[in-house]
Amino acid sequence: MTAGLSVAAVTLVCILTLAVGSIGLRLTRGTSDIYVAGRTVSPRRNASAIAGEYLSAASFLGVAALVYARGFDMLWFPVGYTVGYLVLLVLVAAPLRRSGAYTLPDFAEARLESRTVRLISSVLVVGIGWLYLLPQFQAAGLALRRVTGWPSWAGALVLTVVVGINVASGGMRSLTLSQAMHYWLKLTAIVVPAFVLLLLWLRQGHPAPSAPFPDWASPGGGFASTGHPLYATWSTLLALALGTMGLPHVVVRFYTNPNGRDARRTTVSVIGLLGLFYVIPPVYAVLGRAWLPRLPTRDSSDLLMLDLPHAASPGTLGALLTAIIAAGAFAAFISTSSGLVLSVSTVVHQDLLQPRISRMTSDDASPIASFRMAAVLAAGAPYLLSRLVPPLGLATTVGLAFAVAAATFAPLLVLGVWWRRLSTAGAAAGLLVGGISAAAAVLATLFGGPWRGWPAVLLAQPAAWATPLAAVTMIAVSYATPRLVPPRTVRTLARLHTPESVLGAAHPRAPLPLDR
Amino acid sequence: MVGGFHVPTALLVAAVLGTLWAAVAVRRRQQGRGFVSDVDRATYETLHTASLAAVELGDGLTEDGAAAAVDHLRAMLGAPAVALCDLAGPLAWDGAGTTNHRPRAMEIAAESMAKGRTTVVHDLRCDDPACAVRTAVVAPLVVDDHVVGSLTAYAETATPGFTRATEEVARYVSTQLEVAEVGRERTRAMEAELRALRAQISPHFIYNSLAAIASFVRTDPERARDLILEFADFTRYALRRGGAFTTLAEELKNVERYLALEQARFGDRLDVRLLIAPEVLPVTVPYLALQPLVENAVRHGLAPKVGVGHLTIQATDLGSEAEIAIEDDGVGADPSSIRRILDGLATRDSVGLGNVDARLRQVYGDRYGLVVETAVDSGMRVTFRVPKFTSGVHA
Repeated sequence: MTAGLSVAAVTLVCILTLAVGSIGLRLTRGTSDIYVAGRTVSPRRNASAIAGEYLSAASFLGVAALVYARGFDMLWFPVGYTVGYLVLLVLVAAPLRRSGAYTLPDFAEARLESRTVRLISSVLVVGIGWLYLLPQFQAAGLALRRVTGWPSWAGALVLTVVVGINVASGGMRSLTLSQAMHYWLKLTAIVVPAFVLLLLWLRQGHPAPSAPFPDWASPGGGFASTGHPLYATWSTLLALALGTMGLPHVVVRFYTNPNGRDARRTTVSVIGLLGLFYVIPPVYAVLGRAWLPRLPTRDSSDLLMLDLPHAASPGTLGALLTAIIAAGAFAAFISTSSGLVLSVSTVVHQDLLQPRISRMTSDDASPIASFRMAAVLAAGAPYLLSRLVPPLGLATTVGLAFAVAAATFAPLLVLGVWWRRLSTAGAAAGLLVGGISAAAAVLATLFGGPWRGWPAVLLAQPAAWATPLAAVTMIAVSYATPRLVPPRTVRTLARLHTPESVLGAAHPRAPLPLDR
Repeated sequence: MVGGFHVPTALLVAAVLGTLWAAVAVRRRQQGRGFVSDVDRATYETLHTASLAAVELGDGLTEDGAAAAVDHLRAMLGAPAVALCDLAGPLAWDGAGTTNHRPRAMEIAAESMAKGRTTVVHDLRCDDPACAVRTAVVAPLVVDDHVVGSLTAYAETATPGFTRATEEVARYVSTQLEVAEVGRERTRAMEAELRALRAQISPHFIYNSLAAIASFVRTDPERARDLILEFADFTRYALRRGGAFTTLAEELKNVERYLALEQARFGDRLDVRLLIAPEVLPVTVPYLALQPLVENAVRHGLAPKVGVGHLTIQATDLGSEAEIAIEDDGVGADPSSIRRILDGLATRDSVGLGNVDARLRQVYGDRYGLVVETAVDSGMRVTFRVPKFTSGVHA
């Protein structure tokens, strides 16, 4: 019963995803509806798309699970996910759009005029993308196993295939509309069951939530297990606040904005949409504490939200709610993974595959074939990785991806946008230092250990030391190599910071000047 | 299986693979270098130095280019010091004698530049007894029979061989400057062509549009007014000044204005269909890249056709690129005539296709030209791709 409903819901989400994109193209015919084709995507629509792509399984399932297992401290995660957009808005949103960059390596090349920095950025984008995809695939396997009983490799494979088709067949479909739909789908799938569960809770005489350990509801309690709760809190917050701007799939979405002003408006809407969404997960965590003092399955706590409806109402209603939540979770898996696979395969295609293929075939190979190969690689590699790496918990692994992004692209973007003395060597050195130190910490956490005391917390939360290290390296090396400041720096910065209102025509039908 | 992942083993395998790769790479490099005689090696090195200098002179005789090229030139001559001057003054200096001889570089070069032949200046005054600079050989740099500057090589004594070498290097530099001049000519020609395209609103189009508008003035004054405004906006866009690039959204708006005017004339005979992925609207495209292609389809494809003609404009998102296709089911054309137009051989009515193709290739490289599929009586489909980001290209 539960399985049947959930499989139907997940299948429906997959079909909707592939179908909705096709009607997203601007279609006009004849004179009556002309003047539609040139109209760009509105900031609101684009904000829904960004939020839809950004709300991954770590937000949909992970936040509630973290709060449930470790306490109110974990509310810093949704706060950090949202504050990231505030930092993005204030520091880089409009200049990044004005740079004309489609991917992060594009920005590196536009600003620093260097192929080397571009190549380093490309490798980092692929690394961050795969690190972010890894928990999505793992969690998809676990979630499908929970609701259908399939082995976990099958669930991850379903996700890989759907995402691969979604990305490789792109072009003829509008990914923006598909992602925007996913936001509203996820919001509905999390809000409706939450209210039904709240009603059930009131009807059952509101059983009191029980804390698993004494400090569950007090500050510092959730991070207490790390031994250094203050450091862990700050490092998490820093990683999330600065990491958002360096996530590969976020930048790509901003390209759809027609100009810098709309990029800012979009960001403001995104903050609103994310804030609305993140109100809900804590409700599940607290209700979970009331109904499920111990999880029935021996799986990770990530599946709390799928177990909760059954605990509240074991009949058809519970099965229905589980199906709705499963559909939302699968929407989260699909949209985030699609966005990531798209941006990773774009970079793989542009910087790694296409140059080699066109050299081998002397420009005869079609670029679409190269892009599809890149998409297969971008989706397949993290799938294989997800079979090899032991699952660490959704939000934790995603947090590591944020930390690597914060230690590499955040300094590059902020200094690149605001500091004119940034040199090519400085940017390259900073990216390398930040990337290598954060990646080493991630690998040590995933494969090494178990660690204890300070090393454990420093390796699990690298953002607070790796980000300043990268920034200081960038600044110091730039000061040491003033001759390597890109020659067109001043012109580039002027373009990044000039508001559109200065450039735009005063009036659309103002007389043309005659001195031609 | 997951549990069997052993970290030290993995690290060891990675290290061994890395070492193997490095060994193969080193070996390949050594093989590439091979065994060559000293004479051959000297020749290769000189040629390499010459090519380095050529790259720096790619923009002509500029201050930056001269400063970067002058040390390669000194390496080619083996002289203690080398200077480059243009007609206005000294551009760059490399080598010894910066304090004593550099300020007088122009003075020494003046005679050669005035006479247009190589001169040798002996017994240079110098306060430093150890200075290696005693004699200067000045060779003029000549582009298109005009002296544009000079190359001065300093030495202890001016042997005939040294003088000859200086002359040859000066001739080499002159050739490079001529090549740079040709490149600039080509850019200028492109700009002129763009200006021509801009001014080239076809007279037929103006006449036909005004006649069509006139026919609406009594029957449908509201539509006539709208059409006049379309016409004004269309000409404004076509005559605008500013950059060579715009966004696909702007280009599409202009195409829509053009089509509104053409539809006033053709009425139901012209059926237009647009299929646009909103993601590609902010893509930067060359200014007036789309409208000439649409005009080509309407004028040469659909206008001669009997009955209703269908025109489809499609823009799709290909990840890092956008693809734009213009398709009509008109009378089509002979593929060989289209090939002649794209090769720049035909002049008749070819401004649209040939110019757009040339500009796309110039900006994005040869992989990004127009693709035309056509045959007589079977319509035409023109496709091109643009990358979403190209360094140095902004709307």
